[in-house]
Amino acid sequence: MSMELDVFVGNTTIIDEEVYQLWLDGHSVSDAVRMRLESDALSECEASGEVLHSDTMDQYRTFQMCERLLHCPSKLANQLLFQIPAHRQAMLIERYYEFDHTFAREVLGKKLSKGTKKDLDDISLKTGVALKSCRRQFDNFKRVFKVVEELKGPLVENVQHHFLLSDSLARDYAAVVFFANSRFETGKRKLQYLSFQDFAFCAGQLISYWTVGAVDNMMEDMDVDLEKEFLHDLKDLKVLVNDKDMLDQHKSLVCYQLKGKIKAFSEMEANFKNLSRALINIASKLTNTKDVRDLFIDLVEKFIEPCRSDKWTVGDLTLFLTHYTSTAHTLEMFRFQILWERYMGVIKSCILKMYHD
Amino acid sequence: MPGKLKAKIVAGRHLPVMDRASDLTDAFVEVKFGNTTFKTDVYPKSLNPQWNSEWFKFEVDDEDLQDEPLQITVLDHDTYSANDAIGKVYIDIDPLLSSEAATVISGWFPIYDTIHGIRGEINVLVKVELFNDLNRFRQSSCGVKFFCTTSIPRCYRAVMVHGFVEELVVNEDPEYQWIDRIRTPRASNEARQRLISLMSGELQRKIGLKVLEMGGNAVVGYLQCFDLEGESGLVVRAIGTACTLDKLSNTYTPATAINPCNSSPSKDIKEAGFGEEAPGVPLSSGPPTPLRAQTFSSFSPSKSYSRQSSSSDTELSLTPKTGMGSGGSAGKEAGPLKALLRQQTQTALEQREFPFFTLTSFPPGFLLHVGGVVSARSVKLLDRIHNPDEPETRDAWWEEIRQEIKSHAKALGCHAVVGYSESTSICEEVCILSASGTAAILSSRFMQDSALDTEHRFEDLMSPGCAFCHIPYDELNMPFPAQLTYCHCCRRYKVPDVLFTTIDLPTEANVTGKGCLIQARLCRTKKKAQGEGNATAISNLLPFLEYELHTQLMNKLKLRSMNALFGLRIQISVGENMLLGLASATGVYLTALPSPGGIQIAGKTPSDITYEQHISNMQKKINDTIAKNKELYEINPPDLVEEVIGSPIPEPRQRSRLFRSHSESSDEVSELDLSHGKKDAFVLEIDDTDAVEDIHSLLTDAPTPPGFYSCNTEIMPGIYNWTSALQMFTSVRVFRLSNVNLTNQGLNKVFNDLCENLLKSLYFKLRSMVPCCLCHVNFTVAVPEDELIQVAVTAVAMSFDKDQTQENGRQSIDKNLMKAITENEDQLQFPLELSAESSSNPLNSAKGLSEVSGPLPSARAPSVDYSSFTDRCSSWIEQLRLKAHTIRCGSIKTMSSLEKASPLPEGRSRSLRSNRSYAGSSVTVVKMTPLSFIPGTKIIKYLGIINMFFIRETTSLREEGGVSGFLHSFIAEVFAMVRAHVAALGGNAVVSYNMKECVFMENPNKNQAQCLINVSGDAVIFVRESELEATPPQPHSASAQTSSSGEGT
Repeated sequence: MSMELDVFVGNTTIIDEEVYQLWLDGHSVSDAVRMRLESDALSECEASGEVLHSDTMDQYRTFQMCERLLHCPSKLANQLLFQIPAHRQAMLIERYYEFDHTFAREVLGKKLSKGTKKDLDDISLKTGVALKSCRRQFDNFKRVFKVVEELKGPLVENVQHHFLLSDSLARDYAAVVFFANSRFETGKRKLQYLSFQDFAFCAGQLISYWTVGAVDNMMEDMDVDLEKEFLHDLKDLKVLVNDKDMLDQHKSLVCYQLKGKIKAFSEMEANFKNLSRALINIASKLTNTKDVRDLFIDLVEKFIEPCRSDKWTVGDLTLFLTHYTSTAHTLEMFRFQILWERYMGVIKSCILKMYHD
Repeated sequence: MPGKLKAKIVAGRHLPVMDRASDLTDAFVEVKFGNTTFKTDVYPKSLNPQWNSEWFKFEVDDEDLQDEPLQITVLDHDTYSANDAIGKVYIDIDPLLSSEAATVISGWFPIYDTIHGIRGEINVLVKVELFNDLNRFRQSSCGVKFFCTTSIPRCYRAVMVHGFVEELVVNEDPEYQWIDRIRTPRASNEARQRLISLMSGELQRKIGLKVLEMGGNAVVGYLQCFDLEGESGLVVRAIGTACTLDKLSNTYTPATAINPCNSSPSKDIKEAGFGEEAPGVPLSSGPPTPLRAQTFSSFSPSKSYSRQSSSSDTELSLTPKTGMGSGGSAGKEAGPLKALLRQQTQTALEQREFPFFTLTSFPPGFLLHVGGVVSARSVKLLDRIHNPDEPETRDAWWEEIRQEIKSHAKALGCHAVVGYSESTSICEEVCILSASGTAAILSSRFMQDSALDTEHRFEDLMSPGCAFCHIPYDELNMPFPAQLTYCHCCRRYKVPDVLFTTIDLPTEANVTGKGCLIQARLCRTKKKAQGEGNATAISNLLPFLEYELHTQLMNKLKLRSMNALFGLRIQISVGENMLLGLASATGVYLTALPSPGGIQIAGKTPSDITYEQHISNMQKKINDTIAKNKELYEINPPDLVEEVIGSPIPEPRQRSRLFRSHSESSDEVSELDLSHGKKDAFVLEIDDTDAVEDIHSLLTDAPTPPGFYSCNTEIMPGIYNWTSALQMFTSVRVFRLSNVNLTNQGLNKVFNDLCENLLKSLYFKLRSMVPCCLCHVNFTVAVPEDELIQVAVTAVAMSFDKDQTQENGRQSIDKNLMKAITENEDQLQFPLELSAESSSNPLNSAKGLSEVSGPLPSARAPSVDYSSFTDRCSSWIEQLRLKAHTIRCGSIKTMSSLEKASPLPEGRSRSLRSNRSYAGSSVTVVKMTPLSFIPGTKIIKYLGIINMFFIRETTSLREEGGVSGFLHSFIAEVFAMVRAHVAALGGNAVVSYNMKECVFMENPNKNQAQCLINVSGDAVIFVRESELEATPPQPHSASAQTSSSGEGT
């Protein structure tokens, strides 16, 4: 004796957010039923396992039927099959595209290809995110990437427009797309301490200030790639370290400003030339695609680690970078003010974001 | 050439990929009506084609316009091979044929394929130009309006209620034609869909003709069903109530316009403001007095009607037999006025072969008395319909049953049957035909031209909240044993102790506490048999099945301490090896009826002590349950001294209001006395295994969880303050019995659990709507195969506001009544003696008076101040706005933090162009409800009837998610198609929605399944009451109510 068929269809599609989350998290029906039975929220309903099973099956079926539409969120709004109030639609979409940051951290900078998809079981094991959920998240990345890759216009807006996501989620996707496109190295052991949010922040900075779209607000701007011309021009900053006078002058100006204000003053004074050289070297090498990919590892190895071994505080670092940037303007011979500002602005905020344990 | 149909194909969207190579589609459209076909150009390589075609014009007879649907086929052009069909849209253009309904059909329709389901959408524009045809012998009946709603539609008033109309058409089922062996399943399904669509059109047209003949202009309570008789053919049949309706042109014009002679404008304003129940014939201003005495005197025991007399010529003029407050609709030796009236009533009724009404709720003053449920069943053997043009056999079958119903009603002293419906259950070649209704006495006011207004005035006075309970039959010559008492409201007339009906609770009824859904469920095994033997076996089982269902209902009613059932629907379904019986009704405590006694358990062998203990334990359990239920349903009737009067039967007996009989393809009619013989009905002897089982099933019915109520009538008595949050749903379950050798008891338990668990699941699913009531819960059971039981439920969950407690509600009613009295006294200058005279209970007479003034402030009172309730639906829009706002705030925040982090003065962080764009506005939200109204709203226009039939088939069942996945998407698709059609007509809701058929067949071994669904309803436009500008009448009554309810708190 068994239930052969069991369906419930409402004129307005009923969506239980809790079950939706369980489904998104990749739990099987029986797992979901067990978890719902254990949760306190439902204890007052005195729902039996049978009722929960039926309800969960129904919900899962609904989600599976909706999934096709969720792949193209704008379709959800003008399809006729499910009558879902607009705010519920927004919830469905938002939740479907939300991702685990631990998972995203693993995939960040990797090529969104079949090869990576094969590694998902390892990632699943490592992050504790269910394989099913990993697949969904990976497919979401890939889908968003494919759609916005060739699109003109601001990246975040494109994501938002095509996938109807919230601002913050759209920004996260922009970061994922940006990293996947430029294939930044994020997997090195030394970079392991950095979280997805750290990288997402950096990506936001790079998108906002270093891409073509950042300078040119025209419609045909491209947000996905860094501006070639800008990267080329960065070579000009070499003067700051190659010109010995300028380097000394720069150092004395910074020391003058920071004297007594930072704890690691002596270390700074001793290391100034190395630090400055590191930052300028990074800048001058960015014409190489390979070196662009290594941007973050370079920042960590050449700048953050020395500072960290000298036990700089975040405050020290902030002051140093602020004055290191601003005093360059007062150098008489230095002509690349705008370029310098554009470079250092991003570098400074990235370093500050990345400077933690 | 009386009509020109014009269609334009605008665009398509979300089309499926038909060309794998390009991932695109070269779509074009064929538009077909009758035998004429037009084609659009091919729109190459697009999934969102823009055809923007010319207007395709069809010049056709209006007869065809009524019968044929417009058929739109979307195809993929293929240069080398045959064009592939993507799918079809059938558009019923009937709504365009009535001047008052829709004028244009325009919108996105799902493109439907019977194998693949919905495949994209198509935007279509359809118009009709009608030329007047004055030919008397025309075959069309354009302009007759059809309503599924079983009451007078909300924006109309009934001028006349003509009566019963029925028709049936038969044809061969394409699925069983020889050609089906060689054609594809798709072609076969489409042939079937098309045929049923044609037959429905034809049926509707024929019924329309009958209505025109009767002088009506509308059919209310239109119920169309089809019987898939398999080999022997396909029957589409329909019944309805012909009416002459008047559109309330503007419900807010002061009613003096409608009713210029009335002396009390304020009351009429109220009536118009409520506007829900159409007012009747214009009320008179004449002095109400002269006829009163006469009518009272019309009672005389000597003329009392006896059940056995059935002289054929007088069989319909039974009205005077009642004597009791029947308002003297006819009296044999009355004055000349009376004679005239009688003549009219008689003509009115005798014109009708069957004085049946499919309505379940009535304009005030129409329903005078209710006798009880009448039902008839007959078991027939199907054989091939030889000549589709002469469906005489089927006609004769129904004729037979209707005659039986009529005679049952007569036996109850009633001249009419209301809440009438018909149904069938077919298994192989055996068919059970069933009909049921409620015997009643109706006022003549809607059955004749409004000549005798004085009479109406009187009748109005005569229908307080208890009048309909007063027995219509003669107490000295009762058609069945019953215990009569004086009415607990008016104390003047006699009432039975229990009342079963198939109608909705009359709005004026006095009810104590709340009601609840009561179900009796039964399963009986049957030996497999063939042909006549099978039919005999079934008809032998039927009486027992009905008897037990009835006992179960009665026991459950007692257990809930209630005394009346409304909306009773008994469904008997036949399978190869079992019979299923399911009776659903809404139990209530009618204040007018006596309080029900408890249930006594008795053992046969009282010697054993442990045994006695067992019994007393059970008794205690039952008593506890009764007490609990009383509390749950807030049944606290005023303590009244019970006075049992004049019962002709000395000992208490089963008080059965159920009349039924069976005939088995012969004329032999077996009447069965449902009374329990000498045994008291409510003494359950538990020696009997059946009784143990009964008690078990009594006590195992799980109570509804807190916050939930359920009923199968339109609304729940005792709940007034509905919000507009509603959720219509359909749930289907199929249970497989793996153990073939089940006993009756085992089967019963399985069936009972199936229903109970289904209800439990529903409560759980809808928990977010609490406090809420499941209204119009409609169960249908079927035995699709040997070991399968199928249960389908359609209902609507409606939330209500808890804040206004029941107590307040009641108090406010009372206050209203008082108010009504004073108002009436003041404004009508109604003689006070009159009200005092007509009833000893001032409240009731007040009710009578207020009824004169308009549709029952009592029941509707608290529901008026919707403006003060949060409108949930619009509140989510509000929420949305809020959310959009917060999103915007959020984005600003992130940006400012960005700017802080970056020291660049010229930092060009871009502002985002827009927040999320909710394109959701492109799809109209269409509400669906099985009720005839949507709380908190006002229906301003009926756009036409929705009557759709779909078939879905799959040969890849597993891939579609198994049977559940298959049916889930099909039901969702059906909803989507109904919504799309309503939206295209310009509507925003379907009322009186009903899923009449859901036939599901599967063959998992072949990975196949097929399902047929037939749905119907009325497409309407509603507006929220809060959106309606406050018109003079509305605030008047509303403020009166709010103030009084305020006082109540």
